[in-house]
Amino acid sequence: LDTLYFEDMRPGEIAEYGDRQVTAGEIVEFAQEFDPQPFHLDQEAGRTSMAGGLIASGWHTAAMLMRINCDEFVNRTASQGGPGVEEVNWLRPVRPGDRLRVRRTTVSARVLKSRPSVGLVEFFFELFNQADEIVMTQKNAVFFRRRPGGDEER
Amino acid sequence: MNYYEDLTIGNVAALGEHTFTREEIIAFARKFDPQPFHLDEEAGRASIFGSLVASGWHTSSVCMRKLIDWREAERARLAARGEALAPLGVSPGFKNLRWPNPVRPGDVVAYSIETEAMRETRRPQWGLVTNRFRGVNQDGLEVLNFSSLALIARRGA
Repeated sequence: LDTLYFEDMRPGEIAEYGDRQVTAGEIVEFAQEFDPQPFHLDQEAGRTSMAGGLIASGWHTAAMLMRINCDEFVNRTASQGGPGVEEVNWLRPVRPGDRLRVRRTTVSARVLKSRPSVGLVEFFFELFNQADEIVMTQKNAVFFRRRPGGDEER
Repeated sequence: MNYYEDLTIGNVAALGEHTFTREEIIAFARKFDPQPFHLDEEAGRASIFGSLVASGWHTSSVCMRKLIDWREAERARLAARGEALAPLGVSPGFKNLRWPNPVRPGDVVAYSIETEAMRETRRPQWGLVTNRFRGVNQDGLEVLNFSSLALIARRGA
């Protein structure tokens, strides 16, 4: 597949991809390293909490969205990372056995005056579970290199 | 972090430091953010970062760990006085998270939390608090900055 550059990012475009099954083991592994709260570590402790069972750390959910995006999109592009994340909303818990998929909407694209070799593209991501419920939304922008040797007039 | 009534706007607490090793930067990236400049020195040099850099999600996830560790230390400190640590409610998310500078292998990042805003909710047992989290490296450069909402238990509710 050809590398996708800034010029290939089209505002209004919607893409759907991913089918990542979440296991109890990976929920606990992430929590042990980064978010060791009882309802991220232990099914029993989760049951007696507001969570009602073992649930993934929100940071784990965000990291899984990143991984799906890398596998299905980002690593086919000339991405140069992002300056940050405008907004993340954790709307529903992610539980063992859930299957996650992504809907990506391209919001806007502009060339940077300060750095003409790259452009900044804003995206809106919705992460769904197997019941088609939205578990997380994210707004963020990503830097992409411009296509070499063309389109500088755009 | 005690109960809602114990918080003061503008109060800052140090959450502690973390040293990012090359190995853990790459291990995180392999699992969650396998972009070339998070995986490989050579690819990092060719990127706009100029070196291998940590995934921003890694920088952010370590902040969560520092918060939990700090709360556990608070819990022990309060227990010694016969007091309990206020429960932490679920977070609905965050806004305006920025990675102003990248984290490179060997960087030591100091994390902090500041109480930025607070208000009561319709539920008498919870207050809603806006916390500002920051990470600053050994050269004083900010590597992480975001604000996050949290439900904090109210006293005597």
